[in-house]
Amino acid sequence: MSFEKLDDTMMKTYPTKVYRKRKKAAMVNDPGEVKEIQANVRTIPGIITQRGCTYAGCKGVVLGPTRDIVNITHGPIGCGFYSWLTRRNQTRPENETAENFMTYCFSTDMQDSNIVFGGETLLKDAIQEAYDLFHPKAIAIFSTCPVGLIGDDVHAVAREMKAKFGDCNVFGFSCEGYKGVSQSAGHHIANNQIFKHVIGSDDSRSDSKFRVNLLGEYNIGGDAFVLEELFEKCGIELVATFSGNSSIDHFANAHTADLNLIMCHRSINYVAEMMEVKFGIPWTKVNFIGAGQSAKSLRKVGAYFEDPRLIARIEEVIAEEMLKTDEAAAEYRPGTEGKTAMLFVGGSRAHHYQDLFAELGMKTLAAGYEFAHRDDYEGRRVLPSIKVDADSRNIEELHIEKDPGRYSQALQDRKAALMEKGMEFSDYEGMMAQMEKGALVIDDISHYEMEKLVEVYKPDVFCAGIKEKYAVQKMGIPLKQLHSYDYGGPYAGFDGAVNFYKEIERMVNTNVWGLIKAPWSNQSAMSAKYAGGKHAVASHT
Amino acid sequence: MLLRHTPKEIKDRKALTINPAKTCQPIGAMYAALGIHGCLPHSHGSQGCCSYHRSTLTRHYKEPVMAGTSSFTEGASVFGGQSNLLQSFSNLFAIYDPDIVAVHTTCLSETIGDDVSQITQKAIDEGKIPAGKHVIYASTPSYVGSHVTGFSNMCASIAKYFPEKQDYELDQVNILPGWVEPSDMREIKRLMSEMHVPFVMFPDTSGVLDAPQTGFHQFYPKGGASVPDLKRSGASSFTFALGKFSSEAAGEELRKKCDVPYEVMEVPIGINATDRFLMKVSEVTGCPVPESINDERGRVVDIITDMQQYLHGKKVALFGDPDILIPLTEFLLAMDMKPVHIVSGTPGKYFMERMKEIMGDDFETGNVKNGPRADMFLLHQWIRNEPVDLIIGNTYGKYIARDENIPFVRMGFPILDRIGHSYFPVVGYAGAMRILDKMLGAIMDQMDREAPEEKFELVM
Repeated sequence: MSFEKLDDTMMKTYPTKVYRKRKKAAMVNDPGEVKEIQANVRTIPGIITQRGCTYAGCKGVVLGPTRDIVNITHGPIGCGFYSWLTRRNQTRPENETAENFMTYCFSTDMQDSNIVFGGETLLKDAIQEAYDLFHPKAIAIFSTCPVGLIGDDVHAVAREMKAKFGDCNVFGFSCEGYKGVSQSAGHHIANNQIFKHVIGSDDSRSDSKFRVNLLGEYNIGGDAFVLEELFEKCGIELVATFSGNSSIDHFANAHTADLNLIMCHRSINYVAEMMEVKFGIPWTKVNFIGAGQSAKSLRKVGAYFEDPRLIARIEEVIAEEMLKTDEAAAEYRPGTEGKTAMLFVGGSRAHHYQDLFAELGMKTLAAGYEFAHRDDYEGRRVLPSIKVDADSRNIEELHIEKDPGRYSQALQDRKAALMEKGMEFSDYEGMMAQMEKGALVIDDISHYEMEKLVEVYKPDVFCAGIKEKYAVQKMGIPLKQLHSYDYGGPYAGFDGAVNFYKEIERMVNTNVWGLIKAPWSNQSAMSAKYAGGKHAVASHT
Repeated sequence: MLLRHTPKEIKDRKALTINPAKTCQPIGAMYAALGIHGCLPHSHGSQGCCSYHRSTLTRHYKEPVMAGTSSFTEGASVFGGQSNLLQSFSNLFAIYDPDIVAVHTTCLSETIGDDVSQITQKAIDEGKIPAGKHVIYASTPSYVGSHVTGFSNMCASIAKYFPEKQDYELDQVNILPGWVEPSDMREIKRLMSEMHVPFVMFPDTSGVLDAPQTGFHQFYPKGGASVPDLKRSGASSFTFALGKFSSEAAGEELRKKCDVPYEVMEVPIGINATDRFLMKVSEVTGCPVPESINDERGRVVDIITDMQQYLHGKKVALFGDPDILIPLTEFLLAMDMKPVHIVSGTPGKYFMERMKEIMGDDFETGNVKNGPRADMFLLHQWIRNEPVDLIIGNTYGKYIARDENIPFVRMGFPILDRIGHSYFPVVGYAGAMRILDKMLGAIMDQMDREAPEEKFELVM
């Protein structure tokens, strides 16, 4: 499609200023010549956006999935309420009595008197009550919008309470909703505090040989369960998953791993970068969405450890798993081949899920992220050229130094040697390099643009979130939620791929859409005998 | 156990709310605004608020919920959100062409002290509001009251803005239905039609949040109170404000502005509250309650007499919004059931006063609490100390219900895991039948599941 047409259909209604700005965020892709896209900039007020806030990114996304932290929202009741269990982060406590606070919502329920006189005393009391009730290992405090404005120092309160308790880690997040331009700022703030207050606080180390962390896997719909099983089969130890099905104890000794694997680059690359600087742990990008990518990612781990037995085991597992996925693909592909998809979601899923669609023989017509940065589109090579604007400058960049006692030069040497052989580290090539020439790429899509796209292209399936779901479905197009998976999943790994194939085949071939038109809707008039008769008059209610 | 950390022993809390039985004002304002035809709600604050409210309403209704946001950044939070709101007006009208934009504030814009009325005036002065279009606004700070307060505040704003005072009186009444579902609004309208009572209802979310699948996304669905109707409501002869917490403020605004007398009544849930409502409607309008409605009432009483043995003495725990809990408690008591534990996060003295009237001696022996820290954690602790036979409340109740193996009926906001509330009412006699059907279903399903084989009954 030509840009002119895209422009014409999607944006011509916009006021001039809006048009100028939005034009920079939409383009026709050319993987051979990746162009600069506008991303991670302010959303235009009144445009109707998919985006959420910094609090949502911090509390909801990154910290939410950890079961044994008492997460207290400091603010009026709403923020805590809306982020209560709504992200489907599944968790499996070690046993019947092990800590699991994920089913609870903790809030200071700030009132107007706190806005006027400050909320620090309220917060201290709330932390004390949480401690007395539950004696948790950790209490985290999440600031909502008014907290920053009235000047409550959540970090000072956290320090004071931590010192007072002695056996409970208390730490705070300045993740007020207005910081940054989207959830993304909240991810960064979460990464910083987890790094500062938790990672590296427990040096105990298991004696297994192949030890990795999985970063940016939040166990929505049980994805992490599938991956845990897969890693175990291969004989790879998952030291910590950030943060699906996880415990704060895992984070505490995550620095003892030999390799960091990044799933969702956008939400967690900061932790990986900081761990590399401080502890010398290399990181590499993986993708466990889709059978092909799962295999590729496992092989990466094998290649990293260069252990013949591990490599052989990984190949065995892949062969075994691919039998299942190949068989499933063969079963479902006749129903999906040649169909089309669009994906507008998140910071990594709009990219990763394209592989699953490709395995179904489906073409991705358009994709874009909700809160990603240019590097997630164009690749990390553009990082030096990204201008840091006022909104990003507000987010703290931690200054990290090498930890001389715990830094692993050996891992860095291994990395250097492997890079010589062509293995990639510290890199993400972004969405655009992988997308077809001519496909559309649109960042922070507005509701209006989305409706126009659906109207013009009529994709067979549209992937987005709950706010988009029913508007798109009212247009007769199935929408697959890629935040909540529509309460299905898991979709990660090989087992997940099979689930996804089946799900998409169901969605694009269901008979339901055929029921929309009532049989009488094509008839211009009912039988003349009754149309003007007395019966027609009385039926109005 | 899903709620494994909830101890039986109850200790007073003065600061920590756990598992709230309320949420914040703006979502109520958004819901109320959706009950006006052609209205686009707008959240003046950071975009997370709008996202959370839209998501929660969408999960509850499984329908599109459209709303704008001022998308505050740190700069707006320091310098004020005027420029963001002015831009929003321009963009909303240019792109989405609403008849009305209904602005509500958030804790952010309230804390920094944005004056939405002044900003709106500026927008009008600068020609940013197209001719014939409307902007209404409500102040809805999240740190005051609850979601119900926000609903009430937006209803009051609607009542302040649209109705026109006339020197004549129209042969019609106003109905402020309170925070109930589209199905309930539809049911109240049906009852009025049965009685041949001309009326204006607002807000009215039927036809908005239960829209049919047509293969076309109607950005402004067919339903909702129309602007001409809202204007005419100023000439109505009477206003029924259903639910003190959600409708009284709007009733009072209508009286102040247009001299329309009003009476606050309970949301017609259960037999007695519905009786009182219909009697009053009949008294005010002179329209008798028709035989058809009398028969409906008779059918409800018939069900209760038929199934009394399964209801009598059953202990019930309730949580939710005061306007729903008050008549529901009365209904349960009328059926010889025992509401023993009741919480509502929404503050307001009237709740306790009215509950005391309704419950009589049971009030002293039961556990009733509203306002700060009247939360579901406390409710669960009460249940652990004195078990119940049934829990009624929003979806979050399912965690307690499963842990304690107690039959559970979903009623209230939000319901995230079942359909039905949008389509089948709980108000009126039809609603009473539905409540009975659901309660009996839940109680008897558990009997069927757990009865020893030799006690398993075919006929019940």
